[in-house]
Amino acid sequence: MEILKAIFDSGLWHAALIAATPIALGALSGLFSERAGIVNIGIEGMMLISALTSQLFAQYIASKWMQTPMEPYALALAALVGIFTGLLVGWFHALLSIRFKVNQIISGTVINIAALGVTGALYNLYLAGGIAGGVPVSPGTFPVIRIPVLSQIPFFGPVLFENQPVVYSMLIVTLIAHYVLFFTPWGLRTRAVGEHPRAADTLGIDVYRVRYLNVMIGGALAGLAGTWFTLEWVGVFNLNMTGGRGFIALAAMIFGRWTPFGAFIAALIFGLAQALQIKAQTNGMLLPFTGIEIPYQFLVMAPYILTMLVLAGFGGRAKAPAADGIPYEK
Amino acid sequence: MTTGAIDQPKSVGFRPDGTQWVIGILLILGALAPVFSPMFARKPIPLNLALEQGVTPVRIVTLLVVMALWAYWVWRQPGAGKAFRVPLLAVLTAFVVGAVVLVLAAGQDKSLGDRLFLALRGYGAMLDGAFLKKAALTNTLVASTPLILTGLGVALGFRAGLFNIGAEGQYVIGAIFAVFVGYAIHLPPIIHPIAVMLAGMIGGGLWGAIPGILKAKLGAHEVINTIMMNSIAILLADWLINNLMKDTGSSSAVRTPIIDTSANLPQVVEIFPKMTGNVLHLGFFIAILFAVAVWWLLWKTTIGFELRTAGSNLDAARYAGIRAERTIILAMTLSGALAGLAGAIQIQGTTRFMPTFFAAGYGFDAIAVALLAFNHPIAVIPAGLLFGALQTGAEVLQIRTGASKHIVSIIQALILLFVAAPALIRWVYRLRATPDAGTEQVAMTRGWGG
Repeated sequence: MEILKAIFDSGLWHAALIAATPIALGALSGLFSERAGIVNIGIEGMMLISALTSQLFAQYIASKWMQTPMEPYALALAALVGIFTGLLVGWFHALLSIRFKVNQIISGTVINIAALGVTGALYNLYLAGGIAGGVPVSPGTFPVIRIPVLSQIPFFGPVLFENQPVVYSMLIVTLIAHYVLFFTPWGLRTRAVGEHPRAADTLGIDVYRVRYLNVMIGGALAGLAGTWFTLEWVGVFNLNMTGGRGFIALAAMIFGRWTPFGAFIAALIFGLAQALQIKAQTNGMLLPFTGIEIPYQFLVMAPYILTMLVLAGFGGRAKAPAADGIPYEK
Repeated sequence: MTTGAIDQPKSVGFRPDGTQWVIGILLILGALAPVFSPMFARKPIPLNLALEQGVTPVRIVTLLVVMALWAYWVWRQPGAGKAFRVPLLAVLTAFVVGAVVLVLAAGQDKSLGDRLFLALRGYGAMLDGAFLKKAALTNTLVASTPLILTGLGVALGFRAGLFNIGAEGQYVIGAIFAVFVGYAIHLPPIIHPIAVMLAGMIGGGLWGAIPGILKAKLGAHEVINTIMMNSIAILLADWLINNLMKDTGSSSAVRTPIIDTSANLPQVVEIFPKMTGNVLHLGFFIAILFAVAVWWLLWKTTIGFELRTAGSNLDAARYAGIRAERTIILAMTLSGALAGLAGAIQIQGTTRFMPTFFAAGYGFDAIAVALLAFNHPIAVIPAGLLFGALQTGAEVLQIRTGASKHIVSIIQALILLFVAAPALIRWVYRLRATPDAGTEQVAMTRGWGG
């Protein structure tokens, strides 16, 4: 029964929501791009670069003002830098796959490998050996914001309304993404371009423009996810700190069948897994009725296996946008 | 789902015929002769010494000139297209841009001249570290072995229209199987290494088969499933190494027991005692052998034809009577087996045991190697060598110049980018598209392969 007790623990769900944040944002990033017909497997790289640039900027202003931890609004400025970086990388991905018609999977792989190199080199140059001389100094993390009345609600209050800003923004962006994609002309155009660009073109939609903008929106969201790593989670940049979450985000996007809410729920499952793992590593967890302790590796594994089972059972034939990955020739 | 495919290019630009190959190889051997001749003298000297003393700038330039002249001669032949110049320019451009990055990253306090010099020295160091210095070449060959094998696996998957991101997991499971057969089962010398390699292939093959079956029977995306199975493999291996397969005798680090010496892959030193100071083992040659075998399988057998047909158009393949389900499962199994073999060879040739952190990102690099090789099994060899050379060169670059070794990742990405974007290269060099420009596109998956 210990598992049941653990499952209805608001602390656990809170941790799950936090861990789900970069995955959900990454999934939304992929969603915008793929709904417009551009496959983006470079989310991991986009996150990593943005995590570094936001940290670099925060570090830079911290060194100018000689003040750590920094004021929240200065950190918000750093987050904007991260988002803008993501936007730029998104633009680069769009340029390669739309203008130069590079195979989109190759383009994404290029971004991933280049991100490892660029962040590694910049880290060595400016963070590890640079200003701080050794271990980088944390410019601090975003404070937790309590929403006055709502945070008093039992269970949901502490889970949903006592968070740091990027978590809130993830929740809001999920709602906005759903609205934009399914209830606005822009969303209709985006989906049209992703399903049948020729038809969309005939109706006077500028296919290239819609694709460019959506990939850039996706890039900005990946950038926001990147800022979560440095400005909200750890406080300093570590080499390859995204640790494959960009790929898990892709899985969440497909698992969620290319819808914002689906992606959010899938991300939450992965987040829950991570939260469970951390909890089990500190407390240990027993197999029900037997008293045998479950090794934490299997706890971490569970959601991955669950994803595979769900995909095989119900969600098997998830349909990608029809024109996903195909360059459009006018 | 769409898998864009033009299966076999109509004309491959750089295609020497038999005589040209023979003459070319003789010319290059001739240019290399002064370096290697001391090995065959009355008093032979080891290869590494010969390389150390024999490789002089003049000889390198001579070799390059000979190779260039030969290539030019082949090119001049009627019927040879110009498609090869784009990849060549691509690699060249990547290194030029890489030099700019090196100059920028060289440190703000130095003058521009110093920085330029440092960039040049950086490339010199990389060349040294990857090919010229004592035992460097063998380090490169050893480093490229798993890259070639995992790259082959991914390329085979791409040819069959499957995107196998799971090379990492298959590599880990292959290594687990291999290390188990290596230490727990005792067999006579020649049989044991073969058994270990087979175990690795079975392990990797099983791990690849699962997403294959899920895709074929239930239509689940192989992309998600292979990503999931990467994580599962790493966790499973972590648990095994920490519990069932833990070497209780080792106090220093958590790892498996060391495999029997009978299970090791023979080192080249054991066969040629003269070649001391290198770590080369038979694994590299096995990788080459498998590259040829995969090429043979894909283009000379019925199974290969079915795989490629399913890869270019699954519906057409079904219509032609090819059992698509079987083909998908087979392709994923073979793809996984190759990655598993890479894991086994890494255990047998280099590490001898399995530590908790073993994966080393090969799944990722394998995709890049396969893409760089346009998914052609034979081209995977030079692509893997290039990446292996960059990795070994990077270490020396960092030690000698103080520039971050991560710059090499940037160069890798640039190479991939320029090779993949012939339009970009043409735009940079103002080249006109050749009439058969379409042939540069390779058979590969574009979407999610659903």
